[in-house]
Amino acid sequence: MRVNFTVNGRQQEADDVWEGESLLYVLRERLGLPGSKNACEQGECGSCTVRLDGVPVCSCLVAAGQVEGRDVVTVEGLAEFAKQREQHGHGGACGTGGGCGSEGGVTLDAAKQWQAKPADSQTGEGVELSNIQQAFIDAGAVQCGFCTPGLLVQADALLEENSSPSDQDIREALSGNLCRCTGYEKILDAVRLAAARQGEAV
Amino acid sequence: MDFLRPASWEEALAAKAEYPSAVPIAGGTDIMVEINFDHRRPEYLLDLNRIGLLREWEVGEDVVRLGASVPYTQIMENLRTELPGLALASHTVASPQIRNRGGVGGNLGCASPAGDSHPALLAAGAEVEVESVRGSRLIPIDEFYTGVKRNALAADELIKTIHVKKADGPQQYSKVGSRNAMVIAVCAFGLALHPETRTVRTGIGSAAPTPIRAKAAEEFLNAALEEGGFWESGKVITPSIAKQFGDLASGAANPIDDVRGTAKYRRHAVGIMARRQLVWTWEQYRGTGHGRSLEGAA
Amino acid sequence: MAQNTRTVPAGTPTNVTQKHNKGGIGESTLRPDGTLKVTGEFAYSSDMWHEDMLWGQTLRSTVAHAEIASIDISEALAMPGVYSVLTYDDLPAAMKNYGLEIQDTPVLANGRVRHHGEPVALVAADHPETARRAAAKIKIDYRELPLVTDEASALAPDAPLIHPGRDDHHSGHVPHPNIVHRQPIIRGNVEEARKRADVIVEGEYTFGMQDQAFLGPESGLAVPSEDGGVDLYVATQWLHSDLKQIAPVLGLPEEKVRMTLSGVGGAFGGREDISMQIHACLLALATNKPVKIVYNRFESFFGHVHRHPAKLYYEHGATKDGKLTHMKCKIVLDGGAYASASPAVVGNASSLSVGPYVLEDVDIEAIALYTNNPPCGAMRGFGAVQACFAYEAQMDKLAAKLGMDPVEFRQLNAMEMGTIMPTGQVVDSPAPVAELLRRVKSRPLPPERQWESAGEGADVRALPGGLSNTTHGEGVVRGVGYAVGIKNVGFSEGFDDYSTARVRLEVINGEPVAMVHTAMAEVGQGGVTVHAQIARTELGVTQVTIHPADTQVGSAGSTSASRQTYMTGGAVKNTCEAVREAVLEIGRRKNGSYHPAWATAELLLEGGKIVTDGGEVLADIADVLEGEDAIDLELEFRHRPTVAFDLKTGQGDGHVQYTFAAHRAVVEVDTELGLVKVVELATAQDVGKALNMLSVVGQIQGGTTQGLGVAIMEEIIVDPKTAKVRNPSFTDYLIPTILDTPTIPVDVLELADPNAPYGLRGMGEAPTLSSTPAVLAAIRAATGLELNKTPIRPEALTGTL
Repeated sequence: MRVNFTVNGRQQEADDVWEGESLLYVLRERLGLPGSKNACEQGECGSCTVRLDGVPVCSCLVAAGQVEGRDVVTVEGLAEFAKQREQHGHGGACGTGGGCGSEGGVTLDAAKQWQAKPADSQTGEGVELSNIQQAFIDAGAVQCGFCTPGLLVQADALLEENSSPSDQDIREALSGNLCRCTGYEKILDAVRLAAARQGEAV
Repeated sequence: MDFLRPASWEEALAAKAEYPSAVPIAGGTDIMVEINFDHRRPEYLLDLNRIGLLREWEVGEDVVRLGASVPYTQIMENLRTELPGLALASHTVASPQIRNRGGVGGNLGCASPAGDSHPALLAAGAEVEVESVRGSRLIPIDEFYTGVKRNALAADELIKTIHVKKADGPQQYSKVGSRNAMVIAVCAFGLALHPETRTVRTGIGSAAPTPIRAKAAEEFLNAALEEGGFWESGKVITPSIAKQFGDLASGAANPIDDVRGTAKYRRHAVGIMARRQLVWTWEQYRGTGHGRSLEGAA
Repeated sequence: MAQNTRTVPAGTPTNVTQKHNKGGIGESTLRPDGTLKVTGEFAYSSDMWHEDMLWGQTLRSTVAHAEIASIDISEALAMPGVYSVLTYDDLPAAMKNYGLEIQDTPVLANGRVRHHGEPVALVAADHPETARRAAAKIKIDYRELPLVTDEASALAPDAPLIHPGRDDHHSGHVPHPNIVHRQPIIRGNVEEARKRADVIVEGEYTFGMQDQAFLGPESGLAVPSEDGGVDLYVATQWLHSDLKQIAPVLGLPEEKVRMTLSGVGGAFGGREDISMQIHACLLALATNKPVKIVYNRFESFFGHVHRHPAKLYYEHGATKDGKLTHMKCKIVLDGGAYASASPAVVGNASSLSVGPYVLEDVDIEAIALYTNNPPCGAMRGFGAVQACFAYEAQMDKLAAKLGMDPVEFRQLNAMEMGTIMPTGQVVDSPAPVAELLRRVKSRPLPPERQWESAGEGADVRALPGGLSNTTHGEGVVRGVGYAVGIKNVGFSEGFDDYSTARVRLEVINGEPVAMVHTAMAEVGQGGVTVHAQIARTELGVTQVTIHPADTQVGSAGSTSASRQTYMTGGAVKNTCEAVREAVLEIGRRKNGSYHPAWATAELLLEGGKIVTDGGEVLADIADVLEGEDAIDLELEFRHRPTVAFDLKTGQGDGHVQYTFAAHRAVVEVDTELGLVKVVELATAQDVGKALNMLSVVGQIQGGTTQGLGVAIMEEIIVDPKTAKVRNPSFTDYLIPTILDTPTIPVDVLELADPNAPYGLRGMGEAPTLSSTPAVLAAIRAATGLELNKTPIRPEALTGTL
């Protein structure tokens, strides 16, 4: 079957999709967006977390056919998503079902302005990062990095909704994202850091 | 495999009538695992995501009409006053990401004894509105679960709405798992006090071939509360009543040994949860301030 | 690099350059690959992609022990979209087995399967679903054989032999062919020493099978080349060890198997062995197309070896004033169907079985069995973990029996520099065991009833059961427990352990730039960060390029045994020193006559300049290298040699370096439901020298958490009746979530080891040892139960097993 949907603000079309394929597979193997990770493919690790119409979900458990006409943000588009949110103000989390409406979040129109930029993958210098991405690097929250994309998408959504979460709030929000390297301490540090920087910026 | 994408409820019913083997997919949190791990290859997947009415709920005078696909996150956030037991149960479901996708309809459709919402629905008292091109009917929750992963649905029927009685008293829900988050129930228990009828209802999950009520425990407690005049006086529940309620709940369980836990442990844990919940709900009923609202628990 | 006309696959790693003005050793420099990892651009092995690539699928045995009467692949081959189906009969070379130390593992089953999930056939097809459907159509007729599942069934008189006719180098000295390796250690006289004991405690302990549960599944891409060879992009811990096992089975010379390290999503020992490497190459060569294999989580549980489950029998004695008199132990490790790293795990378990204590009279025996259980091998802590769990339980039992404080008792018997190990080896660098215990003990305890946060009521997230809302404080009892452990660093027992580093220094745009090229597997530990730091410190540059790890440079050895900073870090330092000498040589040739210091002073490279140890600037590096070719050197680096343990007495200086960590666990247990919340896991560890404190602390916290996992939830459950794995998924093999993990305060000591580069001490594994017994001790303290098995299940705490 054919599936049309928006990924990181760009209209995408995937052809010859087998009906049993997940959104995760389509992103990784058909659209050249392998940033969302395939750690468990059973909804138990959160590594494949993306925003589907604004809502963080495990893309491994979304059937490809279910995203027809819908809007997806992956880790590859997170920096731009966060930038758009900053520029257009924000009034809380996107609601379920209806996508990011005009009252808050990134409007579909705004998101569509997004274009891939030639990032310097040699050095990472000159790459614009979102607050949460920079905080993960600075706090040492990245080791092998396989859980990182999902954690970033989930943590970004947390801070969008709750700009000064308690430690228990952070733990609850990230309880669906497994990390095997860090023992989570530096991930907590990173989210605290991002929240503090976000607070300073306001 | 074919992927059916009805745009409306009527189209969905027509598709299910035409392809009775079609497997409905909404949140996908069960069926996609089975597909990813090659455990199941349905001939047809019937996508319900485009049907808006399944994601809506309506709070009526006595009953909440809950669309089958309303995500657990919405129940937690919006219905904790009306459906406190189900809101607590929703909060124990898997992870935030799963709670953003999964809904009660999926739990009912799969009818796994480990589904988190069942004990809460049994305790609150619910009816499942199912529909086919032949028409719709309401199935009382007590008659819904017919066997291990089997339910009362006909092959051409889809779950549309769950009618849950609005809470008229305190409700609680707990589940045991060997991890502090993101865990499938080893066993679960739900309790609802119904002061209007001066009755209590219970639900047990993952400790019998189907979700069940602990009827002997309910009957005992109904009688004990009545005889002791507890409903009027609001006096403290005696430890012996709490203990016997727990023991009877434990006795209602009919669990198995499996990789997640022993039958003996499940029976034991059901009893402990029942006893604790009776104290929590009763303290809340008494309004002594000990029926504390739990931060993070819905 | 690829010797063919195909395009380079998407996801091929490239140089990563990091510019940093500070960023030498001792700084908490950030990861050079950090930006790539947070933007999703960092390519892991499962992200590799090639136009017209096929998907490989492995068909695995559904039974644990059987003869294969027949295999019928005809239906699978006939399916549209299927390019190749391979079985044992299709293997191209005389060599059909592989293995780390003993080549006993068939690439594909040869008429017999020895464990559940053993690879039997391979399929390559145009879509993973096509490959899966084809694999399902392969018909295999299994004739089941009797099972060997434990010590009794392995060593019974009529036991089936797992590897009949074995002729490996251990086969001659083991007492039974179903024993992979046996290592006794005898020192002093236990019988005499026992007479001095006022108290004796015995214990029998069971350690469950732990999985590494790295998040990035086994995966990779094999691309056939025009010269008949293959380019393999894969996640592994040791490229050159893989290469030595892959090439002979393909029938290719090593230079025709060009390996490049793809992004590695964690390892923890689980990538020490071959998984899909050979299979992907076989399919690529058979189809002449690129072939990608990605295991899903279910298959991953069968795709790598696990931590050895173990039975440990201990006897300790002590005098009434608290001095240990003697220790006897027998450690039985279940190695499963194939040897993997079992022999080395036996050596570790045996030689570290006394723990970090002074014990002169010991009688030790460790064995690993061949059984039909899943193969076991390397995992973080490697034999020392199982022993630490048992000896630390013994220490608590002894202290209790003597009425002593468990920490004081340990301190009284703690080893120190100069202590003689049971192997006769003298501990010749700092061993601050008593101090580490003092540090964790002196920390203030977290507040009681910490779940009663600021407001009223209980925050269930801080209670046992967490979000499941099982207690609001009822039944909850606090317990505190301590443990300390000892681990070796590097490869032991006479192994020629070396690493190789190539360093290139050249002037680019007027600035000296270093490139570091090693075959070290960056698995997340931060080796690449440290390599850049070392190059900055040694060569005085700011800009360092990390070349992708591949087999075009010499071996780095494995990213395991806490050895890479010591070994490949040491190799980078060593090569940098040679490069510096070459720079100075050029400088002396060009400028030597202008300043006497060129000849007389100790010269350093700092801030892009050549300076004297007094700080006087002699020249710019860029000026000196002007008009010169790049300096490009590749050198090997070795640690001091070790010797094999004597096979009868266990004597010998078998280890290079020892490393120590201590933990204090604070737990809260719902004693009625048997649920546990670990509230705090305080750690102290000596790391010799922290080259990067941020990374060091991250390693300690991560290792601590893996130890916590196996204490309270992690276990691969194998059905003793069928030898089949019952929980191969993340639904039923549970690892800690962020709500299961406590705060982990870390106290780092830096007592230099004069034998090691910069004085550093390998540190990645030690925290995994002591966190498990500390948590168990705390749960025992809360419940009063004996608890001799890990993981602790709720049943064990509630009498409902």
